[in-house]
Amino acid sequence: MSYDVIVVGAGLAGLTAALRLAEQDKRVLVIAKGVGATHLAPSVIDVLGYAGDRRVENPRAALADLNSSHPYAHLSAERVAESLDWLIKRVPELGYQGRLDENFLLTTAVGVPKPSALVPETMADGDLRRGGKFVFVGLRGLKDFHASYLAANLARADLPVPVSARVIELDPPPGRSGDPGSLGFARRFEERQFRYWIMQALAGRLEPDEKVGFPAVLGLEQSREVWRELEGRLGRRVFEVPLLPPSAPGIRLYNALTGALRRAGARIVIGDRVTSAPSQGGRVAGINAESASRPVTYRASSYVLATGGFASGGLDLDSHGAVRETVFGLSVAGMPDAGTPMFSPRYFDFQPISGAGIAVDADMKPVDERGHVVFENLYAAGAILAGAVPWREHSGNGISLATGYAAGAAILEKSPTMSRTEARD
Amino acid sequence: MTEAVRDSLDRCVKCTICESFCPFSKVTPLFPGPKYVGPQAERYRNAGPPVDASVDYCSGCGICTQVCPQGVKIAEINSQARARMWDERGVPLRNQLIARPSVIGKLGTPVAPLANWALRNPLLREVAHRVVGIHRHAPMPRFAGRTFQRWARRRPKGSAAKTVVYFHGCGTNYYEPAAGEMLVAVLEHNGFNVVIPPQDCCGLPLQSNGNFPAARGYVGRLVDNLAPYAREGLPIIANSTSCGLMLKREAREILGVEDEDLDTVSKQMYDVCEFLLLLHEKGELKTDFRPLALEVPYHAPCQQRGHGIGKPALDLLALVPELRVIELNVDCCGIAGTYGIKKEKYDISMAVGAQLFREIREAKAEVAACDSETCRWQIEHGSGVHAVHPIELLYRAYGLK
Repeated sequence: MSYDVIVVGAGLAGLTAALRLAEQDKRVLVIAKGVGATHLAPSVIDVLGYAGDRRVENPRAALADLNSSHPYAHLSAERVAESLDWLIKRVPELGYQGRLDENFLLTTAVGVPKPSALVPETMADGDLRRGGKFVFVGLRGLKDFHASYLAANLARADLPVPVSARVIELDPPPGRSGDPGSLGFARRFEERQFRYWIMQALAGRLEPDEKVGFPAVLGLEQSREVWRELEGRLGRRVFEVPLLPPSAPGIRLYNALTGALRRAGARIVIGDRVTSAPSQGGRVAGINAESASRPVTYRASSYVLATGGFASGGLDLDSHGAVRETVFGLSVAGMPDAGTPMFSPRYFDFQPISGAGIAVDADMKPVDERGHVVFENLYAAGAILAGAVPWREHSGNGISLATGYAAGAAILEKSPTMSRTEARD
Repeated sequence: MTEAVRDSLDRCVKCTICESFCPFSKVTPLFPGPKYVGPQAERYRNAGPPVDASVDYCSGCGICTQVCPQGVKIAEINSQARARMWDERGVPLRNQLIARPSVIGKLGTPVAPLANWALRNPLLREVAHRVVGIHRHAPMPRFAGRTFQRWARRRPKGSAAKTVVYFHGCGTNYYEPAAGEMLVAVLEHNGFNVVIPPQDCCGLPLQSNGNFPAARGYVGRLVDNLAPYAREGLPIIANSTSCGLMLKREAREILGVEDEDLDTVSKQMYDVCEFLLLLHEKGELKTDFRPLALEVPYHAPCQQRGHGIGKPALDLLALVPELRVIELNVDCCGIAGTYGIKKEKYDISMAVGAQLFREIREAKAEVAACDSETCRWQIEHGSGVHAVHPIELLYRAYGLK
């Protein structure tokens, strides 16, 4: 089939671009070799959490200070703000809260304060900026959440207002599923009896003005109902603390976005690697994807590259230090100068190679070393873009959302949607 | 274990995406999940300790491999480990029996009324449950009492300019010959001469039940039958998604069959909806469809998605006026070929399918569509809604009956 737009990659950037287009009646195909990082990340949208070593309170103000090669530098603050508002409206079932002008301050599972612009409703009441008394509920058997460790670290954390934290450890009965991880617990929270057990176990043990923090396992399909029921029955504010992968809140975001895409008539193909992309006359002519026995070619008017960086295989570094973009063979910008090291010996230090990626113009079109657009109908978004160090800046999901949104917007501006019948004429 | 499959496990970064999608570990503690049983456990198997029996609770649906962003062949690792396990322990008699559909078909067809009665007799099913291990409530197809092959042999020779070959599989041959006749009619309507060579089972059920040597034997014989046509460059059309996938990929990747003829057949193998949609893209599909005022929930089976061709049935059915197709977003119906009919796995299979059955019932449709025959039988069993291959809807829309 031929499409208006083909999006390669099914992470937050790809799904955002795809939905932005599909909701405007574009015929969209999302194709990816696997599921993206939404399942691994906590679903909060960090726009900009740190500028150097300084924690950012107002991302809108801090965006202005980024250098001109940063992905955000291609977008106006208004456009970034628009993308946040769009997500809030587009996945109402997650009840996202926040705006570009301030950062929530949530705690991670190890008690480190984490700035984030947009958070799902199930996490919003964990905002440490509001201070007060927090109680964290540990679930024995859940191997990735240790409430005492969290509380002890939080007591030493650098916080704007005083916070008190204590712990209640529960020992829930074993469940049907053998999964002791967060998924197993998230599924159990959707069972009424399990929630009843939790509420019984907490009865009489909470102080009147305490906010109750659970590991982020409050359901998968029915998280809103689970969370609301806990708040109602416990009579306290309840919030989730993000965990290691697999991320229940991240799975909710993936399900919400892919569900909206299907309803908007988009096609999603997961499991096929795109191996090459023929071009002609300065335009991408199609993409070739693996299938079970022979390559399949898909064609569209426009293409969005959202395959992610090194971790997800959008960029590849070989043992000789040669780097390449794996679908279109685009030139990679932001590499350390020849002869200088690509890596620092200490893992958590700044890594010179981490800013490598694809350079784009203001329309999110990839450009070559001289700044010329490579393909007239190709756009790039997300972790594959050059110039960001997301894990230090706390900017990963923000960049994916804003640039995915911007790529979609650029395509819409170039070819405003006609109704389907007009398009056929 | 084949080298390609073994090598892929080093790419596993333990991201757990496969775990979050597995429809089976979701409902049973007996299957600890694709990552634990697959890439994780496989590292310890190399030295030779016996394979943990939990791998037998993997259904082989292949969703883990599809969603893995790192390209780890998780389902294939599990299939090969299962074969090693059964090789060490000996494949049980029940598994040997239910994994040979063409033998069962040949035995049941001449005595179809009796066989169908027996398959639905509660007393005999109770005996089969206790003695053989086939669950008393498991869905069973009906013998048609005639074979598709017999119909095919008596058909007048076509004279159309374009020729395709039809690989119909055992389900069509013994249980649903009418589905095969409809497929032939749809292809003939589009100007094709349909060649139907003699053919036997593809070996897939034996593969899933861990008897690789016997499965390879079936693959070899089937490839011998199909290869002459493939070498001529003729497209081979399959309407059983799992049997088509066996020849496209699984015989090579899971059974490790290395054979030039198999490769030639693989490259010529098309799922019927894939083939018709490609035809449509070239502007060569007839679109003289009559309106079909129906609302049809469509389930793309796991094995269909394993083809890596998207969901061509959706685009094809969209060509039919007034036909509204609801794409169901459920990963698996639970049957997985012979998995769900086993005594110890029936409840798991029904739990996996529960969401699909519920969504189909809630759609209040008179008919559902699904590409795979065992999945259709499971859907009818679980939801009570009649399920057809998408081609049957095209056949009706073409007004061919």
